[in-house]
Amino acid sequence: MYVYDEFDQTLLNERVAEFSDQIKRRLSGELSEEEFRPLRLMNGTYLQLHAYMLRISIPYGTLSSKKLRMLAHIARRYDRGYGHFTTRQNLQFHWIKLEDLPNAMADLASAGLHGIQTSGNCVRNISTDQWAGVARDEIADPRIYAEILRQHLTLHPEFSFLPRKFKIGITGAAHDRAAVKMHDIGLWLRRGPNGELGFEVAVGGGLGRTPYLAETIRGFCPSRDLLGYVEAILRVYNRYGRRDNIWKARIKILVHDLGVAKFRDEVEAEFEASKDYAPVLDERLVAEITRRFHYPNFENVEDNPPELQAAFHDARFRTWYFNAVAPHRVPGHAIVTISLKPVGLTPGDCTADQMEALADFADQYGYGEIRNGHEQNLCLPSVRQRDLPALWRKLDAVGLALSNVNLITDIIACPGLDYCSLANARAIPVAMEISKRFADPDLQRNIGRLHINISGCINACGHHHIGHIGILGVEKQGQEFYQITLGGKADENAKLGTLIGPSVPFDKVADVIEDVVAAYIELRERPEEIFIDTVRRVGIQPFKERVYAVR
Amino acid sequence: MTSPLDQKLRIDGLVVITANRLRDGAVIYRTAGGGWTTDLAGALVLDAVAPVKAELAQAAGEGTLAVGAYAAPVVHDANGRLVPGNLREIIRSSGPTFDLRRVPAET
Amino acid sequence: MRFVKDGRAAEDPYRRVADDASLPDGVPVLLTGERFLADAAALASRAAPVGVIWPNNREIEELAPHLAHLAAIALAFPTFRDGRAYSQARLLRERYHYRGELRATGQVLRDQFLFMLRAGFTAFEIAKDGDADHFADAVHRYTRFYQPSADRRPVIAAVRQPPTPQRKSA
Ligand code: HEM
Ligand code: SF4
Repeated sequence: MYVYDEFDQTLLNERVAEFSDQIKRRLSGELSEEEFRPLRLMNGTYLQLHAYMLRISIPYGTLSSKKLRMLAHIARRYDRGYGHFTTRQNLQFHWIKLEDLPNAMADLASAGLHGIQTSGNCVRNISTDQWAGVARDEIADPRIYAEILRQHLTLHPEFSFLPRKFKIGITGAAHDRAAVKMHDIGLWLRRGPNGELGFEVAVGGGLGRTPYLAETIRGFCPSRDLLGYVEAILRVYNRYGRRDNIWKARIKILVHDLGVAKFRDEVEAEFEASKDYAPVLDERLVAEITRRFHYPNFENVEDNPPELQAAFHDARFRTWYFNAVAPHRVPGHAIVTISLKPVGLTPGDCTADQMEALADFADQYGYGEIRNGHEQNLCLPSVRQRDLPALWRKLDAVGLALSNVNLITDIIACPGLDYCSLANARAIPVAMEISKRFADPDLQRNIGRLHINISGCINACGHHHIGHIGILGVEKQGQEFYQITLGGKADENAKLGTLIGPSVPFDKVADVIEDVVAAYIELRERPEEIFIDTVRRVGIQPFKERVYAVR
Repeated sequence: MTSPLDQKLRIDGLVVITANRLRDGAVIYRTAGGGWTTDLAGALVLDAVAPVKAELAQAAGEGTLAVGAYAAPVVHDANGRLVPGNLREIIRSSGPTFDLRRVPAET
Repeated sequence: MRFVKDGRAAEDPYRRVADDASLPDGVPVLLTGERFLADAAALASRAAPVGVIWPNNREIEELAPHLAHLAAIALAFPTFRDGRAYSQARLLRERYHYRGELRATGQVLRDQFLFMLRAGFTAFEIAKDGDADHFADAVHRYTRFYQPSADRRPVIAAVRQPPTPQRKSA
């Protein structure tokens, strides 16, 4: 993982001092709320329904055990003993106090953690594949470039007051685990004609009120030009993006209004014009950042060790193994996904005790590294296969050995009306109820891969557009109603879901999901045909009939 | 529910003035004496646009106590107790609608 | 309103002149974009300095042919959240090598001074008097930056280069 040096640390400390001073000026009345709000937002501090919320950035989803322990400490000392992992590789504390923030931020900074640019109209935390660096299908580690971009765009003198927030997603793998097309800029690592590294560059993705998938404007941008090209995109956006209407201010609207071809021409012209002086990503800089990424010193071990084979006698272990463990690029190792979706509890929540336990397990079995991904789950990216049985027993003891990864109870949900001041409707209790209905592990396995995404309003923090089943909370005459979409997808073949019909009230959502799933079981050609493939084959009509026939 | 801060002022029923406390974000209600309380029972209850506007203007001028003051609906329950008038306000006054207990589920 | 130029409190020597008013002799003036462009040829030979007030929504490129005759360019921050002038400033400095005064006007607040300075602004019409007293603290809040910029302060990548052998033995 990237190791901060004294310079990174100095910048963090200076940031804490600055924000502490801003808080002091706000509390004394020197700053009005209107002036303070954007400043606190640039430090990840929102005001929600019943408290402040602090969003901590987890760059490229990579945490050390030390950082995770610090998050546990913050949860316990300044919050209510838990944190919430989000879909954008951030962690949120939902009960923080403004007056505690200077101390909390200083504690966080001591472990290299911060809330810089986790909100506000600037470039946000850059998200990547949570399996970066360990996946088998990767051409290069995207985190190197995510870190380079992060540094370049931190406190950037030109791009800190954009028309709207700006999100960059990047992956180096063939299979997209980072929802890259949902980002304002999506980057895929590619090899050029001579084997050199570079990027396919797409722009204009985003969900929210007007969902769009990002479209490619450059098939190959050599890595040398990455910073210059990203600056060209940001400059075109900063100059011409709409500022009169918050709903039309994202870059996706500019791209759509101009047309992607015209937008590309603008960017290419801007890039060309700044070529003489634009920042160049030279090999020295890449090497310098790469050097600061410490990779584990992988043990030289064999695949399928006897300890692992012996453990297969235990059916529960076997179930967990086949659900939560994935192949690793290094022999004798494995990637372990830790589901934060226990039946009946809040998706993505993690207690301070669990964080500390995980930090210990990571030290013991996983080279001290933990990741989080856009599914609101965690992952130990590098575990020796012979340690899997022991790890599993320990995870089980703290409620973290769940076997529902990618199954129907692995629900992505935003905080919704239970926390969020922008919400129309609740999302978490909907997720809880659905997960209870499908709690039976055999039933979940029979249904197979199925992603449910829930958002409490059109801002789409729960990514409902790209859920196989998407659920969106709306308000009708003061009551909570939910629109259901089918057929969305987040991966390299990303697609937006289609609405199946009129919205349904809160207490009927789980029934509707049961109907949809029952229809799928009847419609699928064979058990291996997963939900999303059935939807693609038969369309939404049969589901629609099933759901609305009885209502 | 459309954020109350975006709503035009229209009062049809009983309301209280509510906000978040600047220093910790806690939900607070305006009292008759121009102070704030975390207890809804102690809130000043209004039912017309003019006094609501006056209280909001007053609160906005204070600056360092409350953030984002607005008028929220309240009703009297069967026992004559003052209670929040919609789900959003219920959640604001009593927290998330599920058990915040974080113990791991049985596996 | 208080004025800071090159890091120091100063008297603003410029006078803003309305489009229909005549130019005061020997006094530095700030003109609107329309007036400046209309009279650019004549203004080029004016002895006293000429500056222009340039709006956010007009292409900064239009000024490029005239930069040699411009002593000051005032860019606008209609709200501190509106960051278009940062791009205009950087373009002027980096692409067009403009070296005259770049002035920030409008909602020029303490917490944005540093961004402005680094984008190439050298003069500040500071909206709140209290903020002007904190100009120096505000722009020295950070000592290291990741990206090179107009104020030429040290960037982290440069100082990170491995020490040279001489320094090691020193
Ligand atoms: C609870 C406090 C939160 C607030 C106030 C909030 C607010 C917002 C708003 C206003 C937007 C739309 C912005 C726009 O489209 O311009 C947005 C988008 C988004 N939020 Fe949140 N959010 C919150 C929590 C979360 C959480 C917990 C997650 C992750 C689970 C999340 C993930 C996202 C994502 C991924 C988007 C982008 C959707 C898109 O591509 O348009 N947010 N959020
Ligand atoms: S989708 Fe809406 S309700 Fe959910 S967290 Fe985002 S803003 Fe809040």
